[in-house]
Amino acid sequence: MNGVHDMGGMHDMGPIQYEKNEPVFHELWESRAFAIALAVGAWGKWPIDASRHQKELIPPAEYLRMSYYEKWIAELVELLVKSGLVTAAELESGVPAASSPKAVPQLTADKVSPLIAHGGPASRDVPVVPRFQMGQRVRARNKHPVGHTRLPRYVRAKLGTIDRDHGVFVFPDTNAHFLGEKPQHVYSVRFAASELWGEQAAPRDAVYLDLWDDYLEPA
Amino acid sequence: MNTTRSGSLTATGPATTGGLTHAQDHGHDQGHQTVPSDLTLRVKALESLLVEKGLVDRAALDALIDTYEHKVGPRNGARVIARAWVDPAYKQRLLTNATAAIAELGYSGMQGEHMVVVENTPKLHNLVVCTLCSCYPWPVLGLPPVWYKSSPYRSRAVIDPRGVLCEFGLELPKDVEVRVWDSTAELRYLVLPERPTGSEEALEALVTRDAMIGVAKIAPPGEGSRA
Repeated sequence: MNGVHDMGGMHDMGPIQYEKNEPVFHELWESRAFAIALAVGAWGKWPIDASRHQKELIPPAEYLRMSYYEKWIAELVELLVKSGLVTAAELESGVPAASSPKAVPQLTADKVSPLIAHGGPASRDVPVVPRFQMGQRVRARNKHPVGHTRLPRYVRAKLGTIDRDHGVFVFPDTNAHFLGEKPQHVYSVRFAASELWGEQAAPRDAVYLDLWDDYLEPA
Repeated sequence: MNTTRSGSLTATGPATTGGLTHAQDHGHDQGHQTVPSDLTLRVKALESLLVEKGLVDRAALDALIDTYEHKVGPRNGARVIARAWVDPAYKQRLLTNATAAIAELGYSGMQGEHMVVVENTPKLHNLVVCTLCSCYPWPVLGLPPVWYKSSPYRSRAVIDPRGVLCEFGLELPKDVEVRVWDSTAELRYLVLPERPTGSEEALEALVTRDAMIGVAKIAPPGEGSRA
């Protein structure tokens, strides 16, 4: 979707505010929000692509106003309800519905280290023929899907070169919407900065994006 | 797909007037938000509900927080970088299969499942960003700083990397190529900075988080740097 989250190349967002010796979390609630999101994620009710997309659905003015972990909470609450793990009435009252059976947590303290150590690989060991080869000239497709995509606006319709084939990965555009993993090759594609930004760009500079087969066409 | 309960939780309607779904206006300062106590209450209430429903375990939450506050952070990445500087065979493995080479030192997993290491040279400088969200290599750098997740950095790193680097105090000559890596997929990037002189241990202490993102160089021993 052409949302405000897709901000590569936008102007006037202000100076970068650097904090010396920044703590991992600034407030206790941030650390709890972070941990709750990971622990609920362990239920496997939605893929990370759906989490990302849910944040993109935060209305633009809110998205820009909210802090990072505020967005996490906003996203999590939506997905909890959509997935049926929690009902809107329970969120409202703050207590479990009388009828709801008590679950057994998926993630217990002893499983935290293995969870973190393994993560959730998005690569898939399936034979898929790559559509493009190293060094090949490609054009990023000029498409504007209303759903989730990882093809930023600033690169659409631009010419680039395949720099590396990363192998086969889950396709977020379908997976975020529970429409299947549609595994396909992901490439590192080099775009000259001048191709993206015109004359103002330094002539030697480049931007590399990791793009799926479906985002590209032969140039 | 976004009709009834739009992300903010401030949505109007009878179902969102109180409890966990109640949010208030609060001050906002890009990158350094004033945190409303309201969020503390909301997150507390959400945690209680999820614990009561048996969906999350409090001890697991504590363990997760402890891990990212005390165990996983940029010192991991610093060890990787220092090893690469003193061990050419390791450096080669790191540049060809970063995930496996990083795992040799015991770092792996969540948000670092697919690692790529990019090397700086006197004529090439690499800079990492995620314009679409805030993707970051957790196993080697920990959780990202606020500025990395902020709109100013995400918007400008790709269109004006040299301007961004100047804000960080790094002015690069014109004959140095700047490569910006936008983390649009599940690959996570770590910059291998240029090597100063010193032993592996001394070198490790010199490696900063910022240099591994690419917004700084490594200061020579004794000069220090800001992160």
